[in-house]
Amino acid sequence: MEQNLILLYTLFAPLVGAMLLLFLPKEKEGLIRAFGIGVSLITFFLSLAAWSMFDASKAEFQLQQQFLWLSRYNISFHIGADGLSMIMVLLTTFLTTLTLWTSWSGIAKKVKEFTFFMLILEVGMLGVFVSVDLFLFYVFWEAMLIPMYFIIGIWGGEQRIYASIKFFIYTMAGSLLMLVAIIWLFMYAYNDVHMYTSNINDLYKIGPKIPFEIQKWLFLAFTISFAIKVPLFPFHTWLPDAHVQAPTAGSVILAGVLLKMGTYGLLRFSIPLFPQSAHYFAPAISTLAVIGIIYGALVAMVQTDMKKLVAYSSVAHLGFVVLGIFALTPESVQGAIIQMVNHGLSTGALFILVGAIYERTHTREIDAYGGIAPIVPVYSTLLLIVSLSSIGLPGLNGFIGEFLILIGAFKSPVLNNWMFSIVAASGVIFAAVYLLWMYQRVVFGPVKNEGLRALKDVTAREFTIVALLLVFIVWIGVYPATFMKITEASTAKLIKETLTTLSIRY
Amino acid sequence: MNQIPFIPIALIILVLPLIGFFFTLLFGKKIKQMYLFETGIITTALGLSIYMAFMKLMYYANEKIVSELTWIDLGSTKAFGKISVDLGMMIDNVTVLMLFVVCLISTLVHLFSIEYMKGDKRYNRYFSYLGIFTFSMLGIVFTHNMLMMYIFWELVGLSSYLLIGFWFEKKSASDASKKAFVVNRVGDFGMLAGILILFANYHTFTFDKVFAQISQGVLPFNSEFWLTAMGILLFCGAIGKSAQFPLHVWLPDAMEGPTPVSALIHAATMVAAGVYLTVRIFPLLTGDALLFIATIGAISSFIPATIALTQNDIKKVLAYSTISQLGYMVMALGVGAYAYGFFHLVTHAFFKAGLFLGSGSVIHAMHHEQDIRQMGGLKKKLPITYTTFLIFSLAISGIPLTSGFLSKDGILASAYAFGNLTGYKIFAISGFLVALMTAFYMFRLLILTFHGEPRNEEKYHHAHESPALMTMPLVLLAILSIFAFYTINPLSAQTGWVLKDWLKTPASVVPEHARYSFMVQKHDEKPEAAVKHEEAVAEKPAAESEHTIIHSEEYTEALHHAHYPAMFLSLAVAGLGILFAFIMYFWRKINADKLADSVKPLYKFSLNKWYFDEFYDFAFVNGTLLLSRFLAWFDSTIVDGIVNGSAVVTRQLSKLSGLFDTYVVDGLVNLSATLSGLLGIFTRKFQTGKVQTYIIMVVFSLVALLFILMNYGI
Repeated sequence: MEQNLILLYTLFAPLVGAMLLLFLPKEKEGLIRAFGIGVSLITFFLSLAAWSMFDASKAEFQLQQQFLWLSRYNISFHIGADGLSMIMVLLTTFLTTLTLWTSWSGIAKKVKEFTFFMLILEVGMLGVFVSVDLFLFYVFWEAMLIPMYFIIGIWGGEQRIYASIKFFIYTMAGSLLMLVAIIWLFMYAYNDVHMYTSNINDLYKIGPKIPFEIQKWLFLAFTISFAIKVPLFPFHTWLPDAHVQAPTAGSVILAGVLLKMGTYGLLRFSIPLFPQSAHYFAPAISTLAVIGIIYGALVAMVQTDMKKLVAYSSVAHLGFVVLGIFALTPESVQGAIIQMVNHGLSTGALFILVGAIYERTHTREIDAYGGIAPIVPVYSTLLLIVSLSSIGLPGLNGFIGEFLILIGAFKSPVLNNWMFSIVAASGVIFAAVYLLWMYQRVVFGPVKNEGLRALKDVTAREFTIVALLLVFIVWIGVYPATFMKITEASTAKLIKETLTTLSIRY
Repeated sequence: MNQIPFIPIALIILVLPLIGFFFTLLFGKKIKQMYLFETGIITTALGLSIYMAFMKLMYYANEKIVSELTWIDLGSTKAFGKISVDLGMMIDNVTVLMLFVVCLISTLVHLFSIEYMKGDKRYNRYFSYLGIFTFSMLGIVFTHNMLMMYIFWELVGLSSYLLIGFWFEKKSASDASKKAFVVNRVGDFGMLAGILILFANYHTFTFDKVFAQISQGVLPFNSEFWLTAMGILLFCGAIGKSAQFPLHVWLPDAMEGPTPVSALIHAATMVAAGVYLTVRIFPLLTGDALLFIATIGAISSFIPATIALTQNDIKKVLAYSTISQLGYMVMALGVGAYAYGFFHLVTHAFFKAGLFLGSGSVIHAMHHEQDIRQMGGLKKKLPITYTTFLIFSLAISGIPLTSGFLSKDGILASAYAFGNLTGYKIFAISGFLVALMTAFYMFRLLILTFHGEPRNEEKYHHAHESPALMTMPLVLLAILSIFAFYTINPLSAQTGWVLKDWLKTPASVVPEHARYSFMVQKHDEKPEAAVKHEEAVAEKPAAESEHTIIHSEEYTEALHHAHYPAMFLSLAVAGLGILFAFIMYFWRKINADKLADSVKPLYKFSLNKWYFDEFYDFAFVNGTLLLSRFLAWFDSTIVDGIVNGSAVVTRQLSKLSGLFDTYVVDGLVNLSATLSGLLGIFTRKFQTGKVQTYIIMVVFSLVALLFILMNYGI
């Protein structure tokens, strides 16, 4: 096996950082913040280094590291990255850095604890994306809940306790189903090949051989767990609460990375492990996805709280991703992956902007605003561009993802029904309605109240953060090839193997 | 092949306005003169486009120049083949004509705006928006594929959004901009669906490649129905952008934007994009699709014309007139008059931009008064504006010697011929009625604004002719509204170079029996055009085939027979319309108010725009909001209710098990403790501490043990 430690360094850099952080004095908040940003920045550069060593033309796991962990059961600490992992790792390290930087003003109390949890959270998220061992994946998957629970529960809004517990228990309930399925799968594998294995690549060969009647249940156990995380309609109600109560940093990470773990799981486990069941359930799941697109958009339309509006827009956007995944065509899956990144960037930027104005006025009620464009022109411009990206305006990132997904889903041999795509496409109308309506009510018109006249425009820090996100929003919109290259080979492999198993000619 | 680097020039023209946009946006606040930079850039683009159009039309009129590159490459694997998305440019005669129109009007609007917008607090930002609009529009002009069309289509929608809402402090303006964007998106949804069908079946977005496949008999989902549906869906984009019925409601509201913007975007160029799109997809439209398009066009030309009769806002009249004229173009394409449809786009762009800029000049002079009831007698105060406005009005009414006569007459003749050929005479009838109404409402507007006595003395008193930067574009556009630029014969456009040499109807690619019958070339016929074409083919074999004239001799003949009746009829109705306008508003022989009173329901219906807005508000806006509110309630009460409910149930269950634990499980434990306690109390009795008692117990025990052993044991 190739000896390349870069992925290991990337994974553990934030952990080491978090440990070192414990030695810093609590009072020196500036130092702690800077340290946190520094660690996450180093992690980001490490992930860039990993990308540079990554060979995008290969579909298999690269940069692997394996240490035997529970030798009795042949469970090992086994990490590696294929294209899908790689792009998610990059997204995670990038967003974590920006979020820590955003929190410079947003988090006022217990800075040390906050930074600590953020770094631990980063370890958990990275771990999920680089695990090649099923048990290791599950450990990270669960471990990551804990820091998030504290981030919402300690630094959140008024109903933070309710929201954090709801988040924790809802996802936990899903995870337990998955755990049962994992153990079942593990034992089945043992009976099949007379050797314990939890290596994903081995399981890929075993999963499709499971009798359909059983496989169906395993698929559902995995998929429901992921669907809660995504969240797929109707498992989405934890999301608005969590988003509204979470601090800006929590919302950004939640939307940017955590939700992607669900869709990542679908791509990594649900489909390749249980292709027959995925095929069987694809129309049902796609139906839920399409309902989510329309439903999320309609519910978003009448929200009065900006964060809640953005939260429901996430339900709609993730609906597109799930549709793309289960359509199982190269276009739609590539589109879904790029849409995962897009949603992280655009929704992240939206949360940062909403958070920025919340810090100034302490309200997120749309009605409290109006006519702020002349007062905060830069802010208004940034908000417009980000909203347009979320609407899916061509030239910006959202369009690429949605368009590829729609094209793929339209001609998908798995779904075999073009109605999914057409109904989903009508979502583009509603997205324009709810975002432009919010924008109009907040930014346009006469100045709503005199208090707003004292609003300060974005600070240099806020501007830089959003501008950094905008760089990628435009980059993906104009030249997505840079990022689509990363996942091209692994996507092709996934689809080819799945469709071959299903003997669908394509 | 050709010496002129068309593609690089085209790229420069495309990118220039984008550069203008970025720099003007970035430095506009610091540097006051950025608007000059933006204007300079557009003027440069105009210069290049004139050069390009001239070279193309003079020396390469029969060639089509195409260049493409791969944008998104999804790899090429054995299993799936090559999957990629190409971007590309195409330059043919239609492109360069449209290019010239867009660049010219954009430049004139820039110049006009320098004066018109003076003193606005976001002056430079306005110019930067004009820049991004021009960029997006040029993207549509140059594209050779449906995807890029869609991309720039949306960008045009964005720039329109920004410009309509330019004075966003006004609620009406920000409402209008949102409405425009959303209504356009409804049309775009159809267009997107069409694109999905297109790509799913042909694996390419490129027009020519799709046409080639269709002509080889490859149909979407193997059915002609889907070919028709695809055409209609793609056309839905045009319904939105060109404000056709039933999506026309956004355009009158869009008049909230600055007036030069209305001239550029909502009269001459952007709204014409829909027609341009239809021109581009023309070859794949089946007879049924064309009939649908013609119907939409006819309705869209008729309804707004009836509304324009009664409006009192100078810009609203022009807005409804724009929809009506766009309807003409669309109807022309629908009845197969490809060349006249596009020709009317060009002539209309000039005179309608002129009308809007003229109205801008009036509004400027009247200190932002738009109500024609407050005007009157402005002829003396604004002589240049008046003269040019008169020329434009004559052109739109279709009076000979103007450009409008040439194109409009062509459309009416085509509709007339179409009626004779197919029996659908309704298009011609509607067309002539609209011509009547157009002449009437235009001259009503002209008379009420410029003639008679001033009705608002104070405003009249302050009015003055606009500065040269504003009148110069008017004069230029008026000159372009004269026939001589298009043909030598003022009565027939067909002999002119535009129609004879430049605009050639492309060959239809749909299966012959799905076309209009007159579009099917009978094999033994050899009309003049086809013969000429064959000669050309002999010289240049391959590249030419798309320039075939598709219409049969039957059609040419019908058009020929329609020419004079249509011309006289259209002259008659135009004259009649103008006459009525003079009788009612100039000589005042008929009291307009009394007439309105006598047909009050009709008058109100027209004044209130057929109640479209009210109906849409009721049916769609409120309907959607109601649905949304219901779903939001459903979400928080039912969906989340289940989640919270299961939490409550779990909690109650755990309380219950808590009780069970306390009283049953723990109760048992405690019970056993109590029991053993009781047992202890009982047995304590035996623990007397006296040796005698113990000995007795031992003896009894031994006896009992022996007894048991003897009986049961050994």
